[in-house]
Amino acid sequence: MTITEKILAKASGRDRVSPEDVVFAKVDKVMLHDVSGPGVMTVFKELEKKGRKIEKLWDPSRVWVAEDHFVPAVDQLAAENIVMVQNFVNRFGIKKHFKYGLGQYGICHTISHEEALVLPGEVYVGGDSHTNTTGAVGAFATGMGHTDVAYVLLNGKIWFKVPKTILFKLEGELPSYLMAKDLILKIIGDHGTDVGNYMAMQFAGSAISKMPMEERFTLTNMTTEAGAKNGIIEPDQKTIGYVKEKTDATFTPVVGDKDAEYTDIHTYEVGKLEPIVAKPYSPANISTARELSNVPIDKAYIGSCTGAKYNDLLEAARIIKGKKAKVRMEVLPAAQSIYMRALKEGLINIFMEAGAVIGPPTCGACCGAHMGVLAKDEVCVSTTNRNFPGRMGHVESKTYLASPKVVAASAITGKITDPRDIR
Amino acid sequence: MRGTAHKYEQNNIDTDVIIPGPYLKIMDPNELAKHAMEGLDKEFVKKVKQDDFVVAGENFGCGSSREHAPIALKHAGISAVLALSFARIFYRNSVDGAHLLPIEIDRDAYENISDKDQLEIDVSKGEVRNITKNRTYKMKPFPELIAKIIAAGGLLNYAP
Repeated sequence: MTITEKILAKASGRDRVSPEDVVFAKVDKVMLHDVSGPGVMTVFKELEKKGRKIEKLWDPSRVWVAEDHFVPAVDQLAAENIVMVQNFVNRFGIKKHFKYGLGQYGICHTISHEEALVLPGEVYVGGDSHTNTTGAVGAFATGMGHTDVAYVLLNGKIWFKVPKTILFKLEGELPSYLMAKDLILKIIGDHGTDVGNYMAMQFAGSAISKMPMEERFTLTNMTTEAGAKNGIIEPDQKTIGYVKEKTDATFTPVVGDKDAEYTDIHTYEVGKLEPIVAKPYSPANISTARELSNVPIDKAYIGSCTGAKYNDLLEAARIIKGKKAKVRMEVLPAAQSIYMRALKEGLINIFMEAGAVIGPPTCGACCGAHMGVLAKDEVCVSTTNRNFPGRMGHVESKTYLASPKVVAASAITGKITDPRDIR
Repeated sequence: MRGTAHKYEQNNIDTDVIIPGPYLKIMDPNELAKHAMEGLDKEFVKKVKQDDFVVAGENFGCGSSREHAPIALKHAGISAVLALSFARIFYRNSVDGAHLLPIEIDRDAYENISDKDQLEIDVSKGEVRNITKNRTYKMKPFPELIAKIIAAGGLLNYAP
């Protein structure tokens, strides 16, 4: 069995499972935020209207709540939703609430690994599609809608169709101008936005072994853009060290069997790849950064669960240090802890001296909701994950997806730029 | 189930065009419905009548996990989406939340159905009848668990 199959077998009390089996599996952790949370509350209200008494959740210690999409509150409706979330937390005695303006908070997926809320070998369900991110710790992590999250909150389990696994072997030495973002854009570009539909996408190989944990999260994060049920990486010493540094909780890492069956295996020599950019309006619509070097931009955006982790800020800062941005640049660290570390390490200063504005952690601009949306015909190069029509603002605005290095290089020239072309 | 087909001959119709991000703070389904498919077709809401269908290509509903997407379509009047394939979360949300039926059709049916055709869906027979063209297509049968959840009226009413 693969790691995904072994985790699901254990969680459903079976010796083994095979792809296509439908199982009810126990869930170890569940997350809701200020969009899926109010949805869950609507579901609970409907159940109560029908006469069902909801006195407690299955296990509030396994539940955590983020405020990320509409913080700072965009308008009164968003403010009301956040109050609803707070009331829900109070009513059910949820201890892990990462509240905007009260210590650690940030984008739910970043919080999941910054706070080591999900451990290797666990089953984790989140009310957000990029829940796949957390699979890089060797967990089965998948996104669902609010009805499914409500069901998990009440029952502690949910149905899964055991996915087939596609294995991506990334081999070799990653050149200094590339990041994990280039690799995942290349994979999605080569294989399409539905290659992973109903499947697990697993990453392995010597380039993964050498890759820092934060970069691994970029890979699993964007398996969502390939349609995958989950993205996953087998835990190694780096994983164990990363998790143990953040928590005393005990866990049992799971790895796949030697004879595990993969539905497809794709191998990439990463040393041969180029910086990649996904053009509007699909993450699969890729070119090399150099092929797009005549594309002028209006904005360079560094933010989101995909591209505003500490390492993302560090790599972007290395490129832009001592230089000025030619177009407006917005940097929003993905969590308060990352923001504080970037401040301490001088990265925030580097961005501000380049002319950038620094914003609070939020999903706002990435999902076109607030905190810097795009006007009609505006062009943005962004470290985020999606570039569908209207994703970051007006339906005729254009988003190019790229690595933090490419975004920083592009900010300097005002055009899409390969980091190798910055002196 | 009988209604008019609204055909979008496209693959990868994503949740950002089905219900754009700024509306995700709206919980009132009738308010959401006013913005259904706004990123793709501003006239959609005006065209759709109760119990109509959306017909589309591969990977319908890809993108975010927002259950607002099937909710907006349902409250705009859509009772089923007929597509070559569905993104997994949209499919789950439609079934588990009992919002609408995600029906997989084959390429022959997809190519044969035209915008504004009158369709009739008979889930028990696994058939889609095109009244306008006098043709009958087979729909892909629902897997066993999915059929049970649909029959129960959603996951929260289903007892395993």
